[in-house]
Amino acid sequence: MSDVLAVTEHRRGELRDVSLEMVSAGRDLADEMGGDLHLAVISGDVDAYADQVNREGVDAIHTVEYGEEFNHDVYAQAVEQLADDLDAEYVLMPNSVNGLDYAPAVAEGLSLPLVTDVVDFSADGELEVTREQYGGKVETTIEVSEDRAAITTRPAEWPQAEGQGDAEVSAFDADIDESQIQSTVTGFEEVAGGDVDISEAEFLVSIGRGIEEEENLPLIEALVEATDATLSSSRPIVDNGWLPANRQVGQSGKVVTPDVYIAIGISGAVQHVAGMKGADTIVAINTDPNAPIYDLADYGIEDDLFDVVPALIEEFGGEVPDV
Amino acid sequence: MSMKILVTVTEVAEVEDEFEVAGDDIAEQYLEYDLNEWDDYAIEEAVQISEENDDVEVVTATIGPERSEETIRMALAKGADRAVRVWDDAIESADYLDTDSKADLLAAVVEEEDPDLVLSGVQSADEANGATGVTLAEKIGFQWAAVVNDLDLDIEGGVASVHRELEGGVEELTDVESPAVLTIQSGINEPRYASLRGIRQAQQKPLDVKTIDDVGLDESVVDSPLAQTSMYEPESEGDATIWSGGPEEEAEQLAEFLRDKGVVDA
Repeated sequence: MSDVLAVTEHRRGELRDVSLEMVSAGRDLADEMGGDLHLAVISGDVDAYADQVNREGVDAIHTVEYGEEFNHDVYAQAVEQLADDLDAEYVLMPNSVNGLDYAPAVAEGLSLPLVTDVVDFSADGELEVTREQYGGKVETTIEVSEDRAAITTRPAEWPQAEGQGDAEVSAFDADIDESQIQSTVTGFEEVAGGDVDISEAEFLVSIGRGIEEEENLPLIEALVEATDATLSSSRPIVDNGWLPANRQVGQSGKVVTPDVYIAIGISGAVQHVAGMKGADTIVAINTDPNAPIYDLADYGIEDDLFDVVPALIEEFGGEVPDV
Repeated sequence: MSMKILVTVTEVAEVEDEFEVAGDDIAEQYLEYDLNEWDDYAIEEAVQISEENDDVEVVTATIGPERSEETIRMALAKGADRAVRVWDDAIESADYLDTDSKADLLAAVVEEEDPDLVLSGVQSADEANGATGVTLAEKIGFQWAAVVNDLDLDIEGGVASVHRELEGGVEELTDVESPAVLTIQSGINEPRYASLRGIRQAQQKPLDVKTIDDVGLDESVVDSPLAQTSMYEPESEGDATIWSGGPEEEAEQLAEFLRDKGVVDA
């Protein structure tokens, strides 16, 4: 038996979707390795969360009541003690921002090998996991030669588990050492507010690194004006301060679901895709035919955006600015 | 009050658009090496702290071959004071340098340097494990915060007030006790370009090269229970219709599509 302990996640009183993905990923791993799937629900309204994650395929749910919000010292201690108590071979955590804040500590605390951002499992005697490298251009297989490991799984890679489960929910009495809690959450801040809500837009023209310079922005603005679209972007554009945070599409920005999404000079990194894959039709303008954006694009133009965009502006009778 | 900030700096490989996998990695001729983007932000954050306060030393620590000195000099040119590079044959020939090994090597450097604050990039652009910083913190007994996109340091009080960039446009405000490891997210600042003067000065700044033995560890530090058994190009899941025929024709097809779809009236 190789049991799996998968850890769920919540924030500000709500279970996060990734928790239901952890159920699917955990079941997947437990099936590969021939074991049970245990879930950990830590802090906040644990009984309500436990009820929500009690889906088909879950064998047992363990709740740890301590505080309201995520704290990495509490999570690390609770997960380590629970994994020890259950003798779980595999500890599965989400590769979310909070996952990255405690999973390495759990691996270190339990002396487990750590593999992060995993997208697939397979077992042929030993566990093999698949992860990406070089910005998604290649996949690698990593063999885990110990029969124990700490693993984080990529968000939105596994489906959300469905079907009512009948796992027993039990309270785990973790012994949280308060002297080990040396960071304090003092609040939360919404940063993507403002006058524009790109998540409501039906037609988005979105730009990425391919635009190269801030001086080239007027070209895209002219296209936006000529087509009456809404302007959005991938992360680097906001990081550079060329557009405000409320224009950012992706994991750390907004999730958008327009009828049409035109990705201009966007490679399609996984964090970006997380925010726009729900678009009805995706059009990519990118010179690199291997760019991951083409994995989900419906239409593509593999040509230089600085040639295509002016032509497009003219198609709609707009004025092409000098850039 | 003097202070020392250690910044972990890594050289990353960028892959050209067209490439081939040879054995278990991308063939060397398709790789270009550069300073890891996230580390660039970490360096900038450290240098800004050193400029805003008296008596702050910024030291970079890198695990990397001789080639990576170009990257390290870049960090020195941007304002770091000196650098430590750890490398030797055992690291070079390691089958799979995992997070644990990297953090062990960096921990040995940290113990020698005894910094008050460690800044590290959230992740490396090539391997993207995103775990070295927090693993390091746990090994050296420092507090930590991952994915920091705002930092306000109270040096006297020994507290770092940070924003952690969560998903969906939400930031978590957290106070972390020093000494701490903070993993720095892109966008936290505007990394400077190295000035010509900075680049000249960087040539004179100390860059110490240390072996595993020099940092007080033995070769078993590079052993790993993990092994990379294959690397391959994922099969494209895409079935995009590609419009071709040159920019004008392509724009025309896209325009026609947008009109048909009813999202553009013009």
